[in-house]
Amino acid sequence: MLRLEKRPNPSRAWAIGTPVLAVILTMIAGGALFAALGKDPVEAIRLIFWDPLFNERVASFSRPQLLVKAGPLILIAIGLSLGFRAGIWNIGAEGQYIIGAICGAAFGLAFYPSESIFLFPAMVIVGTLGGLLWAMIPGVLKTVFRTNEILVSLLLVYVAEAILALAATGFLRNPEGMGFPGSRNLARHPGTDNPELIANTGMHWGVIAAFVAVIAAYVLLNRHLFGYQVKLAGQAPRAARFHGVSPNALILTCMGISGALAGMAGLFEVTGPAGQITIDFNVGYGFTAIIVAFLGRLHPVGILFAGLLMALTYIGGELAQLMLGLPASAIQVFQGMLLFFLLALDVLSNYRIRIGGRAAA
Amino acid sequence: MKKLVTLAAAGLLAAGSAFAQDDPFTVGFIYVGPIGDLGWSHEHDQGRLAVEEAYGDAVETIYAESVPEGADAERVMQQMVLQGADMIFTTSFGYGPATNAVAGRNPDVLFEHATGYLREHPNVSTYSARFYEGRAVIGHIAGHMTESNVIGYIASFPIPEVIRGINSAYIHARQVNPDVEMRVVWTYTWFDPAVEADAARALIDQGVDVLMQHTDSTAPQTAAAEAGIISFGQASDMGQFAPTPRVSSIIDNWGPYYVRRVGEAMDGTYEQSDVWEGIGPGMVKIGEMTDAIPEDVRASAQALADSIAAGEYHPFTGPLNRQDGTAWLADGEVADDGTLLGMDFYVEGIEGDIPN
Repeated sequence: MLRLEKRPNPSRAWAIGTPVLAVILTMIAGGALFAALGKDPVEAIRLIFWDPLFNERVASFSRPQLLVKAGPLILIAIGLSLGFRAGIWNIGAEGQYIIGAICGAAFGLAFYPSESIFLFPAMVIVGTLGGLLWAMIPGVLKTVFRTNEILVSLLLVYVAEAILALAATGFLRNPEGMGFPGSRNLARHPGTDNPELIANTGMHWGVIAAFVAVIAAYVLLNRHLFGYQVKLAGQAPRAARFHGVSPNALILTCMGISGALAGMAGLFEVTGPAGQITIDFNVGYGFTAIIVAFLGRLHPVGILFAGLLMALTYIGGELAQLMLGLPASAIQVFQGMLLFFLLALDVLSNYRIRIGGRAAA
Repeated sequence: MKKLVTLAAAGLLAAGSAFAQDDPFTVGFIYVGPIGDLGWSHEHDQGRLAVEEAYGDAVETIYAESVPEGADAERVMQQMVLQGADMIFTTSFGYGPATNAVAGRNPDVLFEHATGYLREHPNVSTYSARFYEGRAVIGHIAGHMTESNVIGYIASFPIPEVIRGINSAYIHARQVNPDVEMRVVWTYTWFDPAVEADAARALIDQGVDVLMQHTDSTAPQTAAAEAGIISFGQASDMGQFAPTPRVSSIIDNWGPYYVRRVGEAMDGTYEQSDVWEGIGPGMVKIGEMTDAIPEDVRASAQALADSIAAGEYHPFTGPLNRQDGTAWLADGEVADDGTLLGMDFYVEGIEGDIPN
């Protein structure tokens, strides 16, 4: 008879061990799925996890691409993790990412064809503010009217997507684009571009911002009063109030930081890898970042690795599609399994499994 | 030491048996949706299968589905090149910038970009279909079939491609039925069954009894079936909804073009091109007209399609005015391709505004 017994304190060993175990279980279950689809499971797993990093034919291209793909995931996930620790659930990072990109791009295009070196930094600021303000809507509604921030922030994603479509077909449309949707290309215009800083490394300003965010979040959580308040509010809300933590201030700060980082990620993406505002500019970074935040145990360093791992499953998944003809949806199932196993195994860090014992009682 | 590294590398290569040799001509396809969408991406994949069938072992095809436009598309294309692709078909408008970026880095690989206009490198060609020719034929059928004189049109995005289709359908519906009205709903999506179904129901509530769609899912067909009205298949034949509600369809038929281009690339006669082909060369096909359409209408619709195919009739032939009443085409004048490609206005008679 199996029985769960609550641990007095969460197990540190399991907190670190479960992500590794979750990856291994995902490989096993995913391998079974691929086998059921008639593909060689060992080869599929190798294509996803090994070849993008070490196959000499593709790795020189795909290793830098890991950074390009992981950059926005890490940047957004870091912002989300602060709120998640404090029990503030911003699910709408995708919308804040879109609005940040639109605001920054609109600002840059307003000065077109300026090539001023001040333009790009100003666009970053405007994009960040755009994401921050979009996140303030659910934040303020929660503090003033006690609305549910999960619902409001999520629904605002769809509003942001509608605004994006309007921007691409309307107010930001490229006047020289022959009537086709899409803005001017920001990545190919000096002054508004976010280029690869060192050739063939994938490093652009967004990747650097992601690394800075990881360090800043680490310092904030371990050395700063705000980090202490965040942790306290998540673990013991009543105690936090006795310690003078204002719930409303905490909500606005956490929503603001996560929105600002998501908006910044959107701006770096639209000026770099994506290059322009298009109808389908957003590809789900804001939602995937939620998985990354949890996969990384809401810890800055964990998020760094989780972002890289997630990027690896994307890039390796594409490789598996090309080489084995695996359907794209099978790769998505595979990614979903990763989160499923991680959350399922979470129970092990808080509970201990006992066999037999008091089962008879 | 160096020998050891070489050995290790050789071992890795041997393990990588999936990385095929370059012997067969490798053709890559990248799709914006799932190949099971029964619409746009499905038809492009049918084109891929036609290439495989035509050349057998001489070609190898690889594909990636549901690839978002932008940075992800660029990465997938480059990965295809690394896997030995000699030619890549990029089958969505939004792949344009990525296609050109990858083409610039890989001058030995041929790129074919659907429905776009960017050809920044000699190894990039573009191709599209004159879907508006098909719209003319189904507009003709719709004008005959409607009893409420209200035709519904589920539009995706306000771009020239879509506006052209609305105009063409309306012009030819009005030609046979002067009282006809057109109601347009803009969904701002290419593929979203729930949104498309809502749009269909909203139109049906407004008295629409003939439904057209410029979106890719079959949800509007289901809504039309429930309401007992008629509809037309889009992109794919959607023949599973025949004989009603689907009474005919516009089919994107990419196979012949793909087979031709791959053949040219293999025998060395390939040249950069920009093609825009319609019913005549077979890139646009009219799906089977079912018995739900009276025989004389079927005959006149076929005659219209035949005259377009033969080049005797152009769907945009004057006299035609713009929506605001200003003259566009004089009597007998035919629209030039430049105006059609950038079309951003309704023709006279259509009510409502193009959102902007």
